[in-house]
Amino acid sequence: MATTMITTLDRSSRAAARGLSDISIRNLFIIPTVLFLIVFNIFPLIYSLGYSFTDFRASTNAPANFVGLQNYRDLLNDPYVWSNFAITAKYVIISVAGQLLVGFGVAMLLNRDIPLKGLLTTLLLLPMMLSMAVVGLFWKLLYDPSFGIINYALGLGTFEWLSDPKMALYAVALTDIWMWSPFVMLLSLAGLSAVPKHLYEAAAIDRAGPFYTFFRITLPLVAPILMIAVIFRTMEAFKTFDLAYILTSQPTTELISIRLYKMAFQEWQTGRSCALAYIVLIMVLAITNIYVKYLNKVKER
Amino acid sequence: MAAVRTSSEIGFNRVAIVAVLMVTIIFLAPIYWIASTAFKPRNLATTIPPTVVFQPEISPFVKLFTKRSQLRSPPTPEEYAAAPWWERVVFDGGEKIVRDGKDQVQWSGYPSRFLNSLIIAITSTVLAVGMGTFTAYGFSRFKVKGEADLLFFILSTRMLPPVVVAIPMFLMYRAVGLNDSHIGLIILYTAFNLSFSVWLMKGFMDEIPKEYEEAALVDGYTRMEAFFKIVLPEAATGIAATAVFCFITAWNEYAFALIMTNRRAQTAPPFIPSQVGSGLPDWTVIAAGTFLFLLPVAIFTFLLRNHLLRGMSFGAIRK
Repeated sequence: MATTMITTLDRSSRAAARGLSDISIRNLFIIPTVLFLIVFNIFPLIYSLGYSFTDFRASTNAPANFVGLQNYRDLLNDPYVWSNFAITAKYVIISVAGQLLVGFGVAMLLNRDIPLKGLLTTLLLLPMMLSMAVVGLFWKLLYDPSFGIINYALGLGTFEWLSDPKMALYAVALTDIWMWSPFVMLLSLAGLSAVPKHLYEAAAIDRAGPFYTFFRITLPLVAPILMIAVIFRTMEAFKTFDLAYILTSQPTTELISIRLYKMAFQEWQTGRSCALAYIVLIMVLAITNIYVKYLNKVKER
Repeated sequence: MAAVRTSSEIGFNRVAIVAVLMVTIIFLAPIYWIASTAFKPRNLATTIPPTVVFQPEISPFVKLFTKRSQLRSPPTPEEYAAAPWWERVVFDGGEKIVRDGKDQVQWSGYPSRFLNSLIIAITSTVLAVGMGTFTAYGFSRFKVKGEADLLFFILSTRMLPPVVVAIPMFLMYRAVGLNDSHIGLIILYTAFNLSFSVWLMKGFMDEIPKEYEEAALVDGYTRMEAFFKIVLPEAATGIAATAVFCFITAWNEYAFALIMTNRRAQTAPPFIPSQVGSGLPDWTVIAAGTFLFLLPVAIFTFLLRNHLLRGMSFGAIRK
């Protein structure tokens, strides 16, 4: 269409004879990047696929022995690894649900004429731009049972946030909710501002109640964008490493990324960790695939 | 709209404004607490009730940049008077600055980690945005076979948990001696950001009307000239926004840095937590280190505010 038009235009112009052809420019612009990504993103994955069939340990000089599917079989039969997946699932659900509630709630509040709305929105977005690891570390002080400001502000006495194995995962999720609700808020605001005003006017003329208006107009129209936010945050929460690793060392907060890190770089079970990495990779690719399909569908509209 | 607004709606509006203000205060409280702790004397950092009003001090920053040891005995009044101000604030905290045999002040690990963060984040950003701009133009203007699959492939490399990618990278880097090197981390971050940069820049390129280049081509420009003289200036805002996003990602990155570096090329994110160690940490120093580290990102957030939506959603949603 437009592209072909340029091409024909280009061929007939004298300039095309001087410069590179469109095909060479396209190749020159695209191929180096694709090659770079293959060398530094795809090749390592092929490399680790090979190791995943061995008993290789990077801490020793012993040569790697081919063990076939042994690593995968062991991992899939390991209740410990399954519990890591279960912890991750629980974490994803708590954290994404929390972000959705808080983020969408704040967006509903912000979606009106408010003095200094731009400034307030920008300030609210600050947490998600900051380093998870560095800010997460400081939350250790905020959560401190004896002199943390959270216990003081909520009047909780010496409530154990991080050292209580049952509470720790919720505490990590709470920090994550603080960091990433702004993301859901940002997307929700975009969705809310795109709802045509005349629908609300029509609803008001029909004397529709606020609940009816919300569930029949607002929510259905914002849902696609909320869905993007949910898929996006689900993927990110599934990957979480920094925050949980820095805040606690409880076994109840050992997300799959942390298990993988320990297996690879503390226990030095390199071969087995490559296999686990592949199991995680396949799961992520599956979610990503759904996400991109959905994204393209939304974009088309 | 105003015509159908009832008094209860106006009342609800007021409630909403108050609620928004409260939410903002709650969300900013942790950040405020970092900033205020960074200027507190050590004994006020962990008090109950929390200290809100205090005489701000610069001593946490002096401590952040220097190596210190406990004072065995307090300095004599002469020593104290002769010492420069930055030495005195450390004396006041019951510590002294460690010096080497030639009486040179010993720096802490922080300045070099901060510098590493700057070098690695800036270099990888320039590379990722540079390459990403060309590639995005290629995808935006020309027909590429299997374009959708290629773009998915480019994006998917970024979706993996960092540890998954880090295991083979660690082994490969060890084999070629790139572990704990600036170049190693720069390559990793460039690869990581490149996919993002291509996606975001493609969105910006798609918005530049093709007619601009067509007119230039008719006027006798080559495609290259048109790209550099017409498209690049039009894309400047998009390039700047993409660059800031890439910078922030590289600046904040933790997992790769933790695994790939330990000293020479270590960046600030893995360094700052490693300083907590055992025993009672000096939270004022940690706050000072955190504060300085967060400052550039906070400034960038304000500069970026109009592009945040697009950047955070990979350009899926545009305003």
